[in-house]
Amino acid sequence: MGLIWQGLWQAIVLLFNGDPEIWRIALFSLLVSGTATAISLGIGLPLGTGLALGQFPSRRFWISLVNTGMALPPVVVGLVVSIFLWRSGPLGDLRWMYTPTAMIIAQTIIAAPVVTGLALSGLQQLDPRLRLQLLGLGASRWQMVWALWREARLPLLAAVMAGFGAVISEVGASMMVGGNLRYHTRVLTTAIVTETSKGEFATALALSAILLLLAYLVNLALTWLQQRGARQ
Amino acid sequence: MSVILEIQDLLVQRGRRAVLEIEHLAIEENEVLAVIGPNGAGKSTLLLALSCLVKPERGQVSFRGQPISSWGDLAYRRRIGLVLQDPLLMDTSVFNNVAAGLRFRGLPRPLVTERVNTWLERLGIASLARRRAHSLSGGEAQRASLARALALDPDVLLLDEPFSALDAPTRASLLEDFQALIKSTAITTVFVTHDLDEALLLGSRVAVLLDGRLAQIGSPAEVFNAPLDAEVAHFVGVETVIPGKVTESNNGLVTIEAGNFYLEAVSEVPPGHVVYLCLRPEDITLWLDGEVPISSARNRLNGQVVKVTPQGPLARVVLDCGFLLVALVTRSSAAEMRLRPGREVAASFKASAGHVITH
Repeated sequence: MGLIWQGLWQAIVLLFNGDPEIWRIALFSLLVSGTATAISLGIGLPLGTGLALGQFPSRRFWISLVNTGMALPPVVVGLVVSIFLWRSGPLGDLRWMYTPTAMIIAQTIIAAPVVTGLALSGLQQLDPRLRLQLLGLGASRWQMVWALWREARLPLLAAVMAGFGAVISEVGASMMVGGNLRYHTRVLTTAIVTETSKGEFATALALSAILLLLAYLVNLALTWLQQRGARQ
Repeated sequence: MSVILEIQDLLVQRGRRAVLEIEHLAIEENEVLAVIGPNGAGKSTLLLALSCLVKPERGQVSFRGQPISSWGDLAYRRRIGLVLQDPLLMDTSVFNNVAAGLRFRGLPRPLVTERVNTWLERLGIASLARRRAHSLSGGEAQRASLARALALDPDVLLLDEPFSALDAPTRASLLEDFQALIKSTAITTVFVTHDLDEALLLGSRVAVLLDGRLAQIGSPAEVFNAPLDAEVAHFVGVETVIPGKVTESNNGLVTIEAGNFYLEAVSEVPPGHVVYLCLRPEDITLWLDGEVPISSARNRLNGQVVKVTPQGPLARVVLDCGFLLVALVTRSSAAEMRLRPGREVAASFKASAGHVITH
């Protein structure tokens, strides 16, 4: 118990003393996970919409694939991305291994199915006749889709929160493709693993507290947006 | 009046099953066409076909003389207003809901505001403009849904059972307001209903859809008093359909042999034809046995009461006269006559009350 209090105190000291390395790691974590979430939204929202509204023979197959993707182990994603990005791999010439780019790619692969699956689910909960009603009022296809997104904004925001949550907290993929290089590819989760392996439990706890705080603040902002939408 | 919408040789299928098959239907400008039929008859599919929201296997729908394909689906849908069965309002204010179609068309903001306010006022819900649409009652939501379509100033208004989900008093109030609105605006309206009273009240013409086909179309009087076949007759509330054969025909009055009875009806069907004699329950008068006076009713039958069912202030009485005869009397008459299963009564109806359909 003393260790936990020590860790919490250290977290406050680290943050408020403005430890540049901690701030750098925290902001870098936000940057990587934020970018991955944004890209996942760009992929997942149209894909989820297409699966929710489309009628084609293999639809169920693709939906089950998306649902399976939501349970992808991050370390497996890291391994696969590594295989592609290793110097001897098919994309080795890009020299993306052990760079933030590689981390963003891996985290996007983790978050995209989550965002897609929850977007699909959110849109499917809307009354299917709403689509016809909107078209019957003279909406173009894109106007109809935009209106449905607005209608499903609460579950769609939940999809963003879930996607962000999945990647800000993962360590396996970031470790494998990022390499946890100090000042370069170290994020909060990989830093926690490093400090724990050094026996620096208080520091590890402090970093955990910061990670939780970060996740909480981002989700607080998204929740505020979501509930503001609910109250309007 | 010119034809504004026309269907030609339309077939809509779901899988391999034909859900709508219409050879020809012409809708005239400014008319109110009520489409009636039982559940699953294809009424909603007809509306979706007229809205270009369902792809037919064959056939075409024309708008103002040109196929919709030449107008373009979107351009055509921006000339109509569709109201589906439930209000289907979006999760935003009433004002934004009513403005939705206008904004889809890219109308300038001042015009949108003016039209929305006008129609909120006309539907009696101006005070609800800022309210969240999902907090409205059923009647208020349906008014908002109608305002949303009417604000578009459509060439054609398509309504799918707009009043079916409402309780009786709300429905009555909204029906009255809606009737006044379509009279004053003279918008061409096609509305689907399974409620015959609504069709009678609002429709200038009534179309009967049965099993996906257009069984009859005509004025309310034609459809309700002169159904073309037994199926239509049954649906429009002609509860007594007596099979028989014409034995005599004299100056527009025929004698029909129906079991042990000879019934008279006004018709030009020649002798030898097998026919159905259709009678509406309100055209049957009941008498206690032995009390039938001399009157203009040429048909008198004796029978036994099988069933008496209260229907509000009325009572539906089923008699067994050798065939089943359905009469509608007031509840007080039913009480005075002590009508109950087994009671022997006499029934009469005029020759002019029956409608003869050839088999």
